[in-house]
Amino acid sequence: MSRRLAHVDRVGIEERAAALGARSIKTTAKQQGIRLAVSMLDLTTLEGADTAGKVRQLCAKAVCPAPTMPEIPSVAAICVYSAMVAVARAALAGTGVATASVATGFPAGQVSLEAKLRDTEDAVAAGAEEIDMVISREAFLAGDDARVMREIERIKEACGDAHLKVILETAELGSYEHVRHASMLAMEAGADFIKTSTGKASAGATPGVCLVMLEAIRDHAWRTGRIVGFKAAGGVSTSKAALHRLVLVKETLGDEWLTPERLRIGASSVLNDLLMQYAKTQDGRYGRGEDFSIE
Amino acid sequence: MTVEPRQSTVWNYAPAPEATDHLRLRDRYGLFIDGAFREPAEGRHEPTINPATEEPIAEIAWAGPADVARALEVARSAQPRWAALPDRERGKYLFRIARLIQERARELAVCETLDGGKPLRESRDVDVPLAAAHFFHYAGWADKLRYGVAAREVAPLGVVAQIVPWNFPLLMAAWKLAPALACGNTAILKPAETTPLTALLLAEICQEAELPPGVVAILPGDGQVGATLVRSPGLDKVAFTGSTAVGRDIQGALAGRGVELTLELGGKSANIVFEDAALDQAVEGIVNGIFFNQGHVCCAGSRLLVQESVMDEVIAKLWARMARLRVGDPLDKNTDVGAINSAEQLARIEALVAAGEAEGAVRRSLACDLPEHGYWFPPTLFTDVAPAHRIAVEEIFGPVVSVLSFRTQAEAIQKANNSRYGLAAGIWTDKGAKAFEVASALRAGVVWQNTYNHFDPTAAFGGYKESGFGREGGPAGLRPYLRVVRSP
Repeated sequence: MSRRLAHVDRVGIEERAAALGARSIKTTAKQQGIRLAVSMLDLTTLEGADTAGKVRQLCAKAVCPAPTMPEIPSVAAICVYSAMVAVARAALAGTGVATASVATGFPAGQVSLEAKLRDTEDAVAAGAEEIDMVISREAFLAGDDARVMREIERIKEACGDAHLKVILETAELGSYEHVRHASMLAMEAGADFIKTSTGKASAGATPGVCLVMLEAIRDHAWRTGRIVGFKAAGGVSTSKAALHRLVLVKETLGDEWLTPERLRIGASSVLNDLLMQYAKTQDGRYGRGEDFSIE
Repeated sequence: MTVEPRQSTVWNYAPAPEATDHLRLRDRYGLFIDGAFREPAEGRHEPTINPATEEPIAEIAWAGPADVARALEVARSAQPRWAALPDRERGKYLFRIARLIQERARELAVCETLDGGKPLRESRDVDVPLAAAHFFHYAGWADKLRYGVAAREVAPLGVVAQIVPWNFPLLMAAWKLAPALACGNTAILKPAETTPLTALLLAEICQEAELPPGVVAILPGDGQVGATLVRSPGLDKVAFTGSTAVGRDIQGALAGRGVELTLELGGKSANIVFEDAALDQAVEGIVNGIFFNQGHVCCAGSRLLVQESVMDEVIAKLWARMARLRVGDPLDKNTDVGAINSAEQLARIEALVAAGEAEGAVRRSLACDLPEHGYWFPPTLFTDVAPAHRIAVEEIFGPVVSVLSFRTQAEAIQKANNSRYGLAAGIWTDKGAKAFEVASALRAGVVWQNTYNHFDPTAAFGGYKESGFGREGGPAGLRPYLRVVRSP
């Protein structure tokens, strides 16, 4: 059966997304927005060089991002490769910060379904509470929607109680219509969250991509009543960008989505910028990079 | 009518009002005649008020018959010297005005918002930059006039009277003055009664640009001033933007006098959404088409035609989108919909909305906290509208959209053209061929495809039928201000 795509107008979607970037977020709204953004962060390290020591340090930062500003909450989760899940889980025990693991041959996903399932099972067995899988772009671009969905369904089964975030890697999909279509496939197949990117591609959570995915989530919720979350990952490196994503969510899905149960921001460097901006709202001057711990 | 409550929010944007302390307004403004502000002969001043607060902003001199006569005399004597300047020199003055508008952009935007009630977001991002762009555009034409109209030799008309409305005060002044001056005419501009301030700031800009005295006169006042102006001897052309009723009166007054005329009048423009459109972007375009500037837009997409097969989905999405509109303080940078321009306009909107309810259309208005003072009307959606209803026929000029359904492309075209107006239209479809086919069947001066209310100085704007005649913008906008002396 040939694929039917819902229309998305590139110019229109980018105009609307950019217009929402012009919202003026000042004073108390900025403080609240920054606290919200921190509480929704999936603080991420996905490097070949990751070690237990590095992950433990990042976990400390995740639990208490700014010791001098106690009103800053913990982040939502730590996101690591499956080999580091046990370390993170131990470091985060009892803190309320979740452990998320990328899986399924991240980031390219060019491995067999069996290998993807095994990767997922390993992460869950090590204690991962959230799994960030990648869709098979190979199957999607070849037009095999059924295989894309079947893989997601199988991974979802392998997750058990763990929450499943499905990464579309939008930069590789080629058009907003494909982004919308892939969002729908992922939600139909049982995704708990849909997520923009691996962070390893040329572009990530651009405002336009975020808006298309948010509209897909809204339409899916209207049609089925099922709530699916959204994770913006890739390229959200400044407070302004993070607040822009919150505005996109607020004005597309509503305030009920402004909670870590429904919205995540996957990033690493944005945290210290959020802290610096928060400090600025309090003492009126920009701090230095050294004022905050690297991790 | 049903009023649906707004959900409670957990992340409210803090107030973000634009500062006003940089705006240097005088307490009183005179008439701008012969390059200087002058007291009116009969000494009449009227306050101009902020429609969002009903507080007076400044006292404005209103022109009397003697002032009109004086301005005409000065414009007549200044015209030959202005037209005799080398074309490039005239262009330089216009470039200078354009740059000064850019330099004073923030001030002009705040002033426009204070005087007219439109959201700062719009005056800052649309009105003022476009006004500058029009001056830049026609500055460029000043030494290429004959190429713009494909003639061997052209000449200015002489003295032109220009009457502009209150919905885009500065932008309409720019639309009128820039081509008139580029072509070598001298101009007398009458701004609208309720929104004279930015035109008077433009007068200051003309002074700063050292525009020769007499080339531009600005005569604030009510309709009486306009009526006196167009009936005065010594005019070569009248350009009017405003209501169809006044346009008719002007055309009658000019009949048989050999005075050129262009009219840009009302509209009841059709915004057509086909089932194969990108619906979310279409909804965005519907919102921009009717709630931009509180619907005080002559080309507003006030008649929404939706294919029946997607009607429910479009209405659901539109209502959800409307619920996100932020109505309130026009100076707040996050405001989407500001104040209604005047008590008079508010009364007119209320009367037509009441007529819509009485005729059986289903009304939904946004439940929003409207300020206690000032003139406000909530964004409103009428469904189950029949083509015979007044709200489907008459121009409301407010934030009110009437939704009608259609079944086929042929019916869409027929319904869209079934209007005494023909100013603009919107077409929403992902099929390019269909868009062009429909566009060429529509009797409307402007047709937007997959967008709405986008303006550009290079594009011609004007109407069919009772929406007027003559074009503004682009090379077509030169023609109404020129006489062709020799054809190629």
